[in-house]
Amino acid sequence: MTRGPTWFNVTSLVVGFSFLYLPIVLLVIYSFNDSRLVTVWGGFSTRWYASLLENDQLLDAAWVTLRVAFTSACIATVLGTLAALVLVRSGRFVGRSLFSGMIFAPLVMPEVILGLSLLLLFVSMDQARGFWTVMLAHTTFAMCYVAVVVQSRLVGFDKSMEEAAEDLGCPPVKTFFLITLPIILPGVIAGWMLAFTLSLDDLVIASFTTGPGATTLPMKIYSQVRLGVTPEINAVCTLLVGVVTIGVIAASIVTKRQQVQRERDERAAFGADG
Amino acid sequence: MPWENPDHPPFIEFRNVTKKFGDFTAVKNLSLKIYEKEFFALLGGSGCGKTTLMRMLAGFETPTSGQIFLDGQDLAGIPPYRRPSNMMFQSYALFPHMSVEKNIAFGLKQDKMPTSEVEARVAEMLQLTKLEQFAKRKPHQLSGGQRQRVALARSLAKRPKVLLLDEPLGALDRKLREETQFELMNLQEELKMTFLIVTHDQEEAMTVADRIAVMDKGELVQVATPAEIYEAPNCKFVADFIGDVNLIEAKVTEKTDALTRMTSVVDGFALECDQATDASVGETVWYAIRPEKVRIAEGNVEPGVVNHIGGVVWDIAYLGDVSIIHAKVGEDDHDTLRSTFANVSRIVEKPITWDDNVVLTFDRDAGVILRG
Repeated sequence: MTRGPTWFNVTSLVVGFSFLYLPIVLLVIYSFNDSRLVTVWGGFSTRWYASLLENDQLLDAAWVTLRVAFTSACIATVLGTLAALVLVRSGRFVGRSLFSGMIFAPLVMPEVILGLSLLLLFVSMDQARGFWTVMLAHTTFAMCYVAVVVQSRLVGFDKSMEEAAEDLGCPPVKTFFLITLPIILPGVIAGWMLAFTLSLDDLVIASFTTGPGATTLPMKIYSQVRLGVTPEINAVCTLLVGVVTIGVIAASIVTKRQQVQRERDERAAFGADG
Repeated sequence: MPWENPDHPPFIEFRNVTKKFGDFTAVKNLSLKIYEKEFFALLGGSGCGKTTLMRMLAGFETPTSGQIFLDGQDLAGIPPYRRPSNMMFQSYALFPHMSVEKNIAFGLKQDKMPTSEVEARVAEMLQLTKLEQFAKRKPHQLSGGQRQRVALARSLAKRPKVLLLDEPLGALDRKLREETQFELMNLQEELKMTFLIVTHDQEEAMTVADRIAVMDKGELVQVATPAEIYEAPNCKFVADFIGDVNLIEAKVTEKTDALTRMTSVVDGFALECDQATDASVGETVWYAIRPEKVRIAEGNVEPGVVNHIGGVVWDIAYLGDVSIIHAKVGEDDHDTLRSTFANVSRIVEKPITWDDNVVLTFDRDAGVILRG
């Protein structure tokens, strides 16, 4: 049933991929542009990458962003996992639908509204805005993504494994750390990575909730672009794309290897009865 | 046998246990005594409460009312992780991220057993279940039968006072299941432990258990040895649930201390049974007779001879080892009696075939009289 690529298939593939990746490819190419003018090609150069290393403002912003993303991803993962556990495990309780609705609402809530409401909260609390407020705001909206991811992992979880652990003398809290957590760990890690990425590229909520001294990288890039795109920005963006790409490729290689290994093991076990 | 002595202290006792889930009563005011070193089976259809009963013993469910004792200790308020029982789960519930030996050692480590002793016990369990060569494997690298043995080894490793088996062989194919049943019996004798098995498979219960409790709708219907359950069921439900049976509705016509005479309600043939009955003359009872106790021969019925019924062969089922003949004994097509006989010779042409006139005979002590 193998057919050669048809004219239609090739065209749609080319159109689709161009639509998705042409802008990014252009950006990468122009990051190696020797010219100071972004739209005029002046030969190959890596000088913008070098000058990037001397741009303290951009480096500071990157450092803030990473700290915010890391901290908020960790907190969101803990809270999101707990929420998922309650939703899957507690059976029916009064207000369950309300609880699940409220956890998932930020998924569809416009970011502007979320950012504005958080700003109002911080202002009314008379809270100085900066690193902590951005971090809390990111935790708030990343948590629901974590809950969704972990919940899907928990639905297929055989609860009798926990019962077996308790039956063998393991108290409930210890059971969670020895049995439940290791088994749902892929879901938890995926949730963490999602939260980290979401925080990394958030602009809207960060703009609302940040204060002096806590400018994140997307905010910095956005404000600089308003003054005109410099090749330096292209270089920063290329680096970001590179980091994300490497992460995605690494994750998929690990997953693929595990899957292949598992299939091989299962084939070996098959028919080995008796 | 301990259950024949009313003064013998029970090892496990359920005392007036009731369990309700909302409006649904899973177990109804149930009392049961199980003795030390017994292989006891809880048998019943799905939803009869057998699993709930076992889970209450393990501590995963709390009785709505009543008490459960294990070795003289009231189990109320004791969480599962402090109970001296271990359970083998229907799904095996092996820990997928641990190797076979780590699975088996898990319970021992919870007891803070010294490492050297843990290793020795794990090695012993691996040997007992013939899993030595698989010690380092993960559960997904094992076949169904091997996984089942890991689950068994894990639940036996702590030498529990009682081993609970929840449908332990349900996922195995027939041959492997039969082998494992005998392995379980040998293991129980070797380890001299109390085993409690929950199953819906009557053959499994009959094979492995010293005593069987038949359950229906949250209540015990009969508690007895496999032979008693089969040969002397105490009600229509048990007779019908265990094995194959002909149930004949009959009216008592005459009764003495050693004999009961009846007439079948539908077809009016005479039945005689050497069993006394509480039913009064004129009352309708059920006469239950197993198909293998009904003899079948070609020919016509002689009038006046008891337990001697004429019929026409309606259906024949050849199962290889045995044949089942459905003989029509009345006007209605469904009014049939079943007779089973072993195919003792290799002759393919059977002497009895469709539409033959046959006589069905059985002895006075072949059937039982049941009420209700």
